[in-house]
Amino acid sequence: MSNATLTRPTVVTGPSKTAKPGSRLPPGEKSLVASPGTWFVWAGIAAFFIFLFGIVLSVLVDSLGRPWFNTWLPENFTTAWYQQAWTRFNLTHIMGVTLLVAFSVIIISVVIGVPASYVLARSSFPGKNIVTLLFLLPILIPPITYGIPLATVMYNFGLGRTILAVILVNLVPSVPFVIITMTPFIEQINPAIENAARMCGANTRRVFTKILAPLLIPGILAASILVLVRTVGMFDLTFLVSGPNSDTLVVAIYRAMTAAGGGESRQLISAMGVLYTALMLLILIIALRFINPTQLVAQVKEARED
Amino acid sequence: MTVATVTSSRAKSSASLSHRLAERGISTRLLLLVPAVVFALGLFVYPFLYGLGLTFQPLPATQAQWGGGLFANYVAFFKDAFTFDSVWITMRLALPVALFNVLISVPIAFKLRNRFRGKRTLQALLVLPITLGTVLTAQGLLIFAGRQGWLNRFLIETGIIDQPLQLVNNYLGVMFSLIISGFPFAYLLISSYLSGIDPSLEAAARTLGANWKQRFLRVTLPLLAPGLATTFILTFVLAFSVFPSARLVGDASGETRVLALMAYRSFAEQLDYAMASTIAIMMGVVELIVIAVVFLGRSFLYKGSTGGKG
Repeated sequence: MSNATLTRPTVVTGPSKTAKPGSRLPPGEKSLVASPGTWFVWAGIAAFFIFLFGIVLSVLVDSLGRPWFNTWLPENFTTAWYQQAWTRFNLTHIMGVTLLVAFSVIIISVVIGVPASYVLARSSFPGKNIVTLLFLLPILIPPITYGIPLATVMYNFGLGRTILAVILVNLVPSVPFVIITMTPFIEQINPAIENAARMCGANTRRVFTKILAPLLIPGILAASILVLVRTVGMFDLTFLVSGPNSDTLVVAIYRAMTAAGGGESRQLISAMGVLYTALMLLILIIALRFINPTQLVAQVKEARED
Repeated sequence: MTVATVTSSRAKSSASLSHRLAERGISTRLLLLVPAVVFALGLFVYPFLYGLGLTFQPLPATQAQWGGGLFANYVAFFKDAFTFDSVWITMRLALPVALFNVLISVPIAFKLRNRFRGKRTLQALLVLPITLGTVLTAQGLLIFAGRQGWLNRFLIETGIIDQPLQLVNNYLGVMFSLIISGFPFAYLLISSYLSGIDPSLEAAARTLGANWKQRFLRVTLPLLAPGLATTFILTFVLAFSVFPSARLVGDASGETRVLALMAYRSFAEQLDYAMASTIAIMMGVVELIVIAVVFLGRSFLYKGSTGGKG
C-alpha cells in the first residue's frame, strides 16, 4: 500500500486520476475531500431517508392533526382520530383477528415445518430434490398466481370469508419459509449429540423434545418472528379470502382506502396506519434482540477489516 | 459395507427389508416429512392443478366472444389487447425497479461494508420499511408526495419548480413505493453477498498494483455477479406481483394496470374464476420466463464458490 504501488497504475489508466488530491497523501491517511463515489452513495442514502421519514412523519402528523390542507403543519393537534378509528372500524376485533391468525400460523407452521426440515437436513432419500422443489415453489411463485386458484377452492368448500381460510392461505408460504430457514440451523447441530442420545436409548420423540428442541429454540424464535412479520404484513393472500369478519389489519386499511364513495376520512386511515406500523415496529424491535438484520435474508459472518 | 450392498441387490438377503430400505435412505424418519408433504399437496399442488383445470373450462360468454373451444381463456388472454397489454405494463414497472434496486445497492453496499460508527443503527433503519408495509407506504406517499405534500411544498418554496409535480396516482408513484419496499431488501442481500467475498483477494490485487476500477471490475464484480443475479430475481419477484400499491398510488385503469390487478378483477368483480385462474397462471409463466433467462445468463458467469451465503 505504499505510494509507488498506488501511483503507478493511475498513470497507466489516464490523467483524470492524477488530479485526485488523495494520491499525494502519505500511506494510511485519508483525503478530507470525499470522492464523487462517496458523494453519490451518501446522496442516495439521504434521498432514500428523506422519502422514508417524509412518508412516516406525514402519516403520523396527519393522524394527529385536525384540519390540514394548505400549510406545513396542521392547525391543531388531537388524538381524537385514534378513538374514532378504533370504534369506527371495530379495531379491537380486527387486532384480535390479526393476532389470532398470526399466532395460529406460527404454531402450525413450526409444528409442520421443523420436523420436515430436520429430515431434509439430515437424510438423503430418493426424490429429495422433488420434495425440496415442492417446498421452494410457493416462495418463488407470485402469491396471486396460486392465491386465486386457492381462493377459488376455498370458496368452493364454503370456507370463503372465514378466519380458518385466512389461516390456511397464510400457511402456504409460511410452512416452506420455516422449512427453508430452519434447515441450515439444524445442519449446524452436530449429529454426534443425537447419536449419543439414541445410544442411550432415547427414541425419536425424546431426541426431539430433549435434545433438538432446546438447541433449536433460537432458530425457531427467529423463524417464528419472520413468519409473524410476513403474516401480519401479508396482503395479497389474506385479501383474496377474507371478509368483513375475518379481515386482518392491512386488509382493513386497504378496504377503508378503497371504500366506495371517496373512501373514509384520510385521517382515520392514517391513524390506523400508525397503529399498524407501531405493531410491526414492536415485533421488529423484539426480533432485533434475537437476530441480526442481515440474517433476515441470509446468514452472514461479519465482514473482516482490511 | 460392500457385503451389504451386494446382498441388498439380490432378491434373497439376510438383512431385513427395513434395513435394506434404510440403506437407501428410506426409514421411519421420513414419516416426519409426511405432514409437510400432505400440507403442500393439499394447499398448494391441488389448488394449483384445480386452477389449471379451470382455465380449460371457459365461461360460455368467453367462448362465444373469442372462440377457441377449450382454449378460449388463453385465446382471450393473448388476443384481448386490454388484458395482454398488462403483461407489458407489469414488465415496464417490475424490470426497471428491480434493475434500479440492484444497481443502486451495489455502490452503497460497497461503501458501507467496512465497519464504521452507527453501522448497526443504519442497518436497523434500513429494515424500517418492512414495518411500513405496502398499504402504509401508499398512504404516506399520497400525503407526502401529493400535490399539497411536503415534498412539492418544499420544491415550490425553494423556487426549484413553480407547478406541483404529479408524483402519485401514476407510474412514478408505484415506482417510488416499490423502491422504498425493495431497496432495503436488495441492499441487505447484496451486502451479505459482499461480506462473503474474502477481502484478502482484493488486498492481493491492490499489492499487485490494481487501481480501484480494476479491483472492482476484475476481482469483486465477477465474484459478486451470481449474487447480483439472485438479488435481481428476488426483487423482481417482489415488484412483479405488486398489487395494492398499483391500485392505491397508481393509475389502476391506465399506466399501472398490472397483471395481478387484472386477475383480481376477474376473480372478485367479474366472478369469472376460469379467466382469473388463466391470468394468474400466465402471470406465473411470464415470471418464470424472466427468472429462467436470468439464471441462464448466470450460468455463463463465474461458477466457483463465492462463499456468497457466508
